[in-house]
Amino acid sequence: MYIVISGLVKKYGENIVFDGFDAKIEKNRTTFIMGPSGCGKTTLINILMGITTPDGGTISGVPALKSAVFQEDRLCESFSAISNVRLVCDKKIKNDTIIEHLKKIGLGDSLTKPVAEFSGGMKRRVAIVRAVLARSEILFLDEPFKGLDTETKKTAMEYLKENTKGKTVVIVTHDIEEVKALEGDLITL
Amino acid sequence: MKASILPDKSTIEKIVAVVFALVVWQAGAMLLGESLLLVAPTDVIRRLFTLLPEQDFISSAGFSFLRIVSGFLLALVIGAMLSALAGKIHVIEVMLRPFIVTIKSVPVASFIILCLIWLSSKSLSIFISFLMVLPIVYTNLLQGIKSTDPKMLEMADIFRIGWLRRLKYIYLPQLKPYLVSACSVAIGLAWKSGIAAEVIGVTDGSIGEKLYEAKIYLSTGDLFAWTVVIVALSVAFEKLFLYIVKSFFAGLEKS
Repeated sequence: MYIVISGLVKKYGENIVFDGFDAKIEKNRTTFIMGPSGCGKTTLINILMGITTPDGGTISGVPALKSAVFQEDRLCESFSAISNVRLVCDKKIKNDTIIEHLKKIGLGDSLTKPVAEFSGGMKRRVAIVRAVLARSEILFLDEPFKGLDTETKKTAMEYLKENTKGKTVVIVTHDIEEVKALEGDLITL
Repeated sequence: MKASILPDKSTIEKIVAVVFALVVWQAGAMLLGESLLLVAPTDVIRRLFTLLPEQDFISSAGFSFLRIVSGFLLALVIGAMLSALAGKIHVIEVMLRPFIVTIKSVPVASFIILCLIWLSSKSLSIFISFLMVLPIVYTNLLQGIKSTDPKMLEMADIFRIGWLRRLKYIYLPQLKPYLVSACSVAIGLAWKSGIAAEVIGVTDGSIGEKLYEAKIYLSTGDLFAWTVVIVALSVAFEKLFLYIVKSFFAGLEKS
């Protein structure tokens, strides 16, 4: 089972980002989209998510239930980490489960503080937990480890690997170490 | 560490400023020496204390308070609903624009005289307060709705967040500063316009009627004393209402 991108065209004025781009993403696996800055990684993931409309081509097989870590954290700043995750979860997911996940990613000390008081790295980790616990058939992660130091990045990668086994995950990155650590297919732009 | 029992710098500054204003007022009244033109603050306080136990003080203050506050609350609810609709449907915003501009620019006295023809003087202050508050609430909240981060709405779409949760987590926190600012401006205006309506309409049993009588009988002491009552009611209601609004938001964020 694949997500199939065929003949994708996307232009921003005179700037042609994709001109007949083809690719396949295998479901229930992790796929990395890699490439230099400005090559269209975020544009591609946004097209797959349905946020950006392509100028041409077809995309088929994208599951309806999506979850994401966006390029920006897009958290509800005045609410706690628990509330931010709870916002996207099924009712059957208990608060204890959310707390357990937040602890696993190293946010055990800051569960009830508003995320506005969090550092950039802490916000990023809340966004990762939110994406993992949301009811979804596919996860789109746009540079999920951006702004994390070496130690927290390692913890976050382990957390993600452990909690996305068997799921369809699309990760935008420009760090080959992330590809090696998380293992998966690679689309190079 | 011991907590200081002394008031902070800004409180001291406020007290000093009020005392200074009272001293200037007292000195001005003493220099003029004519209480009809400018009554001294000490005389106003004396009159206020004789006014408080009077039989119709509570009924007049209550009469005006209930009507002006009702007008304000009604405008808050309807203004919020209209701004939500206008934020969602552009045509509604366009259609409402001439009404809002007209209400904003027509002098309040014109509305009062016009409304005296339409309504009984008892309901006049409700309608006038409503009319003056409505464009402020509508404009502020619409601006708040429009400045909602589209990226947060995109996030809500991706995660399929329902409208009630969008309201709680995205729109209401965004609207908080706009609502607080609208309310603090609108409450003062509701009182000013509501009392003006009562004075012009000579509404029976209202504070406006008392001000009108003070003018007829050239009782400057009464005029100043009732003005102090209006300011006190307006400020007390503003503080209480903003406290409730802020507590509501604090509760929302903790829930």
